[in-house]
Amino acid sequence: MEPVLTKNFRKGQPPMSLREYEAAGGYQALRISVREHSPEEVVRIVSDSNLRGRGGAGFPTGQKWQGLPPMDKSALPRLVIANLDEMEPGTFKDRYLVENDPHQFLEGLIIAGYACRSELAYVFIRGEYLAPPADTIERALAEARDAGYVGRDILGSGWNYDVHIHMSAGRYMCGEAMGILNAMEGKRAIPRTKPPYEVTSGAWGKPTVVNNVETFCCLPHIILNGPGWFRKIGKAKDVGPKIYGISGRVKRPGSYELPMGTTLRELLDQAGGMLNGYQFKAALPGGASTMYLDDSEMDVPLEFESLKEIHCYFGTGTAIVADHTTCIVGLTHNLQQFYARESCGWCTPCRDGLPWIEKLYRDQEEGRGQPGDPELLMELSRSVHGNTFCALALGAVVSIESSLTKFRSEYDDHIRLHRCPFKDQH
Amino acid sequence: MLTDAERRDIESEIAASWDKRAASIPALRALQAHRGWVSDEAIRDIAAMLEMSTDELDAVATFYNLIYRHPVGKHVVKVCDGAVCWILGSQNLMQYLEQKLGITSGGTTADGMVTLLPICCVGDCDHAPVMMVDDTTIRDLTPGRIDGLITSGFEVGG
Repeated sequence: MEPVLTKNFRKGQPPMSLREYEAAGGYQALRISVREHSPEEVVRIVSDSNLRGRGGAGFPTGQKWQGLPPMDKSALPRLVIANLDEMEPGTFKDRYLVENDPHQFLEGLIIAGYACRSELAYVFIRGEYLAPPADTIERALAEARDAGYVGRDILGSGWNYDVHIHMSAGRYMCGEAMGILNAMEGKRAIPRTKPPYEVTSGAWGKPTVVNNVETFCCLPHIILNGPGWFRKIGKAKDVGPKIYGISGRVKRPGSYELPMGTTLRELLDQAGGMLNGYQFKAALPGGASTMYLDDSEMDVPLEFESLKEIHCYFGTGTAIVADHTTCIVGLTHNLQQFYARESCGWCTPCRDGLPWIEKLYRDQEEGRGQPGDPELLMELSRSVHGNTFCALALGAVVSIESSLTKFRSEYDDHIRLHRCPFKDQH
Repeated sequence: MLTDAERRDIESEIAASWDKRAASIPALRALQAHRGWVSDEAIRDIAAMLEMSTDELDAVATFYNLIYRHPVGKHVVKVCDGAVCWILGSQNLMQYLEQKLGITSGGTTADGMVTLLPICCVGDCDHAPVMMVDDTTIRDLTPGRIDGLITSGFEVGG
């Protein structure tokens, strides 16, 4: 496919300045939105495009915006939050997008603000992304403000929209929609009871739309080329261009823009295949919070719908590849260490269950595994599953269940040998 | 006591925020940019500026990974222990650093130069294994690269 999200990327060079971006057709989509469409029309166009949120959950973007309550003077300003927390292990697509084309992201953020009748946006950036990409965004934002794309009376429309940057201080829970609201308010990033959903009552009680960076990046292209064009991109059921990622022992790890519905086999081909001497064993297709796919599942389209059909998640679309030397028990232990450490502590099954799970994995890796441990892990995983306020705890345990189903023999080997059979290899 | 410069920086964060409480994370970051870490006394002083109780602000400060409530060295070296770095041997690099610096993860060298910490996946997995030295990400790490950084006193600029 023709590059869409990456068409202005210039390898090894700084991203396009505002003037260069404009010369390449940039900010035309914003002009068209503001001058030719009402906000409701923009919402309808985005709904018609079938764009689904790129942060991991895949909620339809237009539908999310349609959930905003009727305009109410007591609930102003409406807020838009761009989620650039990107703390999902194995995920590096949003950084790639904003580092290489910050204006594409900002244009999308401004179009979303217009569609949602918002006056104020925050770019929520994970603390580690200070320099770059935070400084890249700040420079681009200053240019956009000087050019009148951000601020008062944008393009003579009478509409005001300001964009602020919030640098986070690091916690996985900040990437969750309710967590991000609490973090913005200067509180611990813990979940909130739903409803009310954030579109009704978000940060400081204001109607708030939270979208992922890649979602915003799709918007200028949908406005310029139309929803029908967007719906035609895709190889299976979901649509649009997608920044896939792949890492691990592959020849060319990195980000690749491919049509939605690309398979793992095709993605691995893009990356040049496995490094010489290494064989593919498994992949977490969309970050740490997705289920393992094994070599029999390499031809399943990587997208929300097709993966759901085989009871897996698409997540962020950035695949972590495990090779034949990777211990699945050890890798799952690594994931559980992350989740146990990052649990915000609000819900007991997550706060207390994950450290127990982590300890059991450590036992397997250090030769103390006992018969019955795999069953206990499954039971613990199921007691976390669905018993917490937010969905991150669910994401934490799906790797346990899928590894036990697909790689049970590795658990049994650890228990039988009283050691990790891969230990001398990693 | 906050210095005038610290107070000014915190005040400008308050001015840019929705309300005083919303400035808590930016204010903690601003103070830490001056001192490297956030002491009990600093929590009390900042809380007064934000009209929060010290416990409320400390609950925030202790929740976020990048706010240090203990003194840290001149440089903070954060080794990514995310899944991809783990697959590519980050645990060996952490051990190598521990051995070379003579400290364990979480510790600070006796000369106060370096604090060593683990960090969650930093979103550079196509260049794994990686670590951060202060705010700079060091990609495609090898023991040789670590030796070079140690020799240079972890002066990576930026």
